[in-house]
Amino acid sequence: MILIPQVFQRGLNEVTKEYKTITEIAGPLIFLEKTEPVSYNELVNITLPDGTTKRGQVLDTSHDKVVVQVFEGTGGLNRQCGVRFTGETIKLPVSKDMLGRILSGSGEPLDGGPRIIPEDRLDINGAAINPFSRMPPKDFIQTGISTIDGTNTLVRGQKLPIFSGSGLPHNEIALQIARQAKVPGSEEDFAVVFAAMGITNEEAQYFMQDFERTGALERAVVFLNLANDPAVERLITPRMALTAAEYLAYEHDMHVLVILTDITNYCEALRQMGAAREEVPGRRGYPGYMYTDLASLYERAGVIKGRKGSVTQFSILSMPGDDITHPIPDLSGYITEGQIVISRELHRKGIYPPINVLPSLSRLMNSGIGEGRTREDHKAVSDQMYAAYAEGKDLRGLVAIVGKDALSDRDKKLLEFADMFEDRFVRQGVDEDRDIETTLAIAWDLLAELPESLLVRVDNKFIEKYHPAHKK
Amino acid sequence: MVTKGEIYRISGPVVTVQGINTSMYDVVKVGNEGLMGEVIGIEKDKSIVQVYEETAGIKPGEPVENTGLPLSVELGPGLIESIYDGIQRPLPILKDKMGDFIERGVTADGLDHEKLWEFKPVVKAGDKVSGGVVIGTVQETPNVEHRVMVPPNVSGTVDEIKSGEFTVLDTVCTLTDGKEIQMMQKWPVRMPRPVNKKLTPNVPLITGQRILDGLFPVAKGGTAAIPGPFGSGKTVTQQQLAKWSDTEIVVYIGCGERGNEMADVLTEFPELEDPKTGRPLMERTVLIANTSNMPVAAREASVYTGITIAEYYRDMGYDVSLMADSTSRWAEAMREISSRLEEMPGEEGYPAYLSARLSEFYERAGRVESLAGLGGSITIIGAVSPPGGDFSEPVTQNTLRIVKVFWALDAKLAQRRHFPSINWLNSYSLYTKGLTDWYNENVSPDWVKLRDNAMDLLQQESELQDIVQLVGSDALPPDQQLTLEITRLIREIFLQQNAFHPVDTFCPMDRQFKLMDTIQKFGDKAHAALDSGVMINDIIKLESKDELSKVRFDDDFDGALKVVLDKMDKEFDSLKSDTYSSGVSEGAE
Repeated sequence: MILIPQVFQRGLNEVTKEYKTITEIAGPLIFLEKTEPVSYNELVNITLPDGTTKRGQVLDTSHDKVVVQVFEGTGGLNRQCGVRFTGETIKLPVSKDMLGRILSGSGEPLDGGPRIIPEDRLDINGAAINPFSRMPPKDFIQTGISTIDGTNTLVRGQKLPIFSGSGLPHNEIALQIARQAKVPGSEEDFAVVFAAMGITNEEAQYFMQDFERTGALERAVVFLNLANDPAVERLITPRMALTAAEYLAYEHDMHVLVILTDITNYCEALRQMGAAREEVPGRRGYPGYMYTDLASLYERAGVIKGRKGSVTQFSILSMPGDDITHPIPDLSGYITEGQIVISRELHRKGIYPPINVLPSLSRLMNSGIGEGRTREDHKAVSDQMYAAYAEGKDLRGLVAIVGKDALSDRDKKLLEFADMFEDRFVRQGVDEDRDIETTLAIAWDLLAELPESLLVRVDNKFIEKYHPAHKK
Repeated sequence: MVTKGEIYRISGPVVTVQGINTSMYDVVKVGNEGLMGEVIGIEKDKSIVQVYEETAGIKPGEPVENTGLPLSVELGPGLIESIYDGIQRPLPILKDKMGDFIERGVTADGLDHEKLWEFKPVVKAGDKVSGGVVIGTVQETPNVEHRVMVPPNVSGTVDEIKSGEFTVLDTVCTLTDGKEIQMMQKWPVRMPRPVNKKLTPNVPLITGQRILDGLFPVAKGGTAAIPGPFGSGKTVTQQQLAKWSDTEIVVYIGCGERGNEMADVLTEFPELEDPKTGRPLMERTVLIANTSNMPVAAREASVYTGITIAEYYRDMGYDVSLMADSTSRWAEAMREISSRLEEMPGEEGYPAYLSARLSEFYERAGRVESLAGLGGSITIIGAVSPPGGDFSEPVTQNTLRIVKVFWALDAKLAQRRHFPSINWLNSYSLYTKGLTDWYNENVSPDWVKLRDNAMDLLQQESELQDIVQLVGSDALPPDQQLTLEITRLIREIFLQQNAFHPVDTFCPMDRQFKLMDTIQKFGDKAHAALDSGVMINDIIKLESKDELSKVRFDDDFDGALKVVLDKMDKEFDSLKSDTYSSGVSEGAE
């Protein structure tokens, strides 16, 4: 018996005509002739001579020629294969029962459990949220990590990726956030959607074990496309994950945190497909539409007026060669609402989490902090620490040339501040969950080490209220 | 002429149709759902169409219909306060029609065709009118008077003119030759609206942003570009300009940018007050939001939709400013469509006509005399998002060849939380000379000198910083250390500005002048003190100069400034007496 994947079941029952008119196979693409009109982006089933099936999608269609991209790769395909067009675009069967399930990159159960009985079937490409329907995100999410909560605050509905590099502990940080993230003082429904794109089996195991250890799996939907799964499947994995997330958020009022890892693998797959289609390449061989394509993923985060749920994205992106100007981090940075940058230098110093706050940024921070959300002095404290740390870090370069003795007293203080900042504010334990009060208290302890005249970005009234020297 | 044909091929947003006669830029309805598209190429019997909506599920063989009209916008009362997508569909109406997500195949008129407007005629029967002449007015919002004009290609003698409440489609004026004029006119977006002549810009656009007004001003009717890497504050700067520019109408185009950012603009603008009129800023604003995940062809059109609306208000005699955030996304939309057409690519895959399209767009800016002799202007401020922050890429370079003002954003400054993070050494304005007269008359005859002096000091600072990097600041001679101190004040007090602070977010010209003047006064006094033998460290320790920084945040600016100035005088006096007394005591020994 041929097992027909559930995702594609309905279409197959409805359409029966099979074509054996493949004229050309190139990379992941097949070209067909003499078909009835076939619609753009339609899903395709291909039957190999040995009876196995593969799936694909229409990329280009005309009266003379149809181009299909095959998700599982074209290995074993020949001109005798039969091709059926299903008449519909890719849809994901969704249900609240997806929580706790582990699915493949194309939505098939991998955990040996039963099939998901769909409450609905949704187009995985989603539709753009009308900007007029969006609510500007402003609910503070406490991740328990000082460098995020204190200086690069995450809010509900934001898309904030981690820019990392190979060999850096981005997975640990992502997991720590998945474990600890909460909106202080609220008991709302929370879920995690995790999509692995081209990560190794070992990494996937690491994630799964942590989810099981902490019991997070019950509140999670996992989509796994591993390194040895077909690259072209990677193009649909994140879309499936986001469709599931939107369903849980907007139909079941849940606050969904989506973790996509690794965006770089996704972009590699995109480039591979572009090359197979013989498209005109853009920078470094990536397709010219990569910005639009990435936007179609990242923009699926947000809060909608009148609906309770939200989709927050926390993707992982490894920068090739730690180069932030590489097209993948670059285009991402133009779409996402900031970025958390992991630093190799801090990692070498043995500091966890090695988040370099200087190039990191949360664009929505200002709307999520302050009186009534976190604390009135939050912004001032954050700005002051940024400025002092930036200056202190610069001075390290100077010290290397002229020695510490040549520095003025003011500069020496700043230099010490930079060291203390890394050691006390940045450094924390893998399981250390600092609430925002603790984070701000550490910040004030550090600022208290500086002369008060240097605290130009903090209002006097905050100094009187929160500075350890004035606080009663 | 055959107006019906069928789809031959579909490749993303590019659809090839056959069996239909089309002209370039005709709008066609594609497929069973009638998706809106525009003819962008003709090859033998086939026409190539870019479709403004998602094309998944469309089949070859589906019908295509030609409307025979180019892509046009509806111009008339009701534009202000609207929020459109790239092809002038009002987003609130799309929401009513299809819910929170943008589906396809829905059409919506740019203007409300039912709403009644109170039309007051300003011409009478027998008057001769021609294109651009104002025939009546409508109070569109409490602070915008909409001037209903004769369409550019119409002229004649007024036979009858009405007064009272009408919809935009009702005829309000009839000419003796039987021509009827309505409040609404349609205009093809890719064609600039005609004017009598273009004039040289000679009045600055006051933005309330110190570094822009003070150092790198743009003139009303001028063009400016803000290029910068991500996270350097392009969007915040653009939004500040949209909020505080002293133009009568603002058109803000969010072209291929973030949805949450647009949501922010949509909620914030109605709440903010125009400093001049005290009315909500939204009452002078037209928003166009085509976020990055909305169809790419509509993104390409959004810039033209925006500039056409801007031209319409310019023709009424208004000063209009147009912010396009970001023109790089617009260029990328061109690139994407060009590559689907399999055109020969130019630099970095952009089409070879990139430069031509950019200059056509920026040339639609300018201070003009309208067809009816009214003076109006369009100022274009375009954000550019260079990949990797590299200004040598094609969009930045082609833009810089056209625009007169360059505000270079700098990621390094942003990382230090120096906002607005505009690099004062790389930026330039070619309008400063032409605006000198205006400054002399309206700010102060000293202003130009003050500004040039500040620029000169900042230039010196950058050279001194190179030395400081090597030997530390203590090794510099005292007068150079003083220069560093003065430039620090210029940087931290004048150039830095907090967009999120209720007072500091907008700084009028007179305050800018007073701040700069105070810094200059401090510099003069400090140099004098130094010459009289005061130690540099004693000068640097003075508190008044640092207190100047807080004056910016004070509601009572002048009062706070006076306190600082008085304190400064006292401090310098006491320095003098200290030197004097220590000199005396040395002499006594």
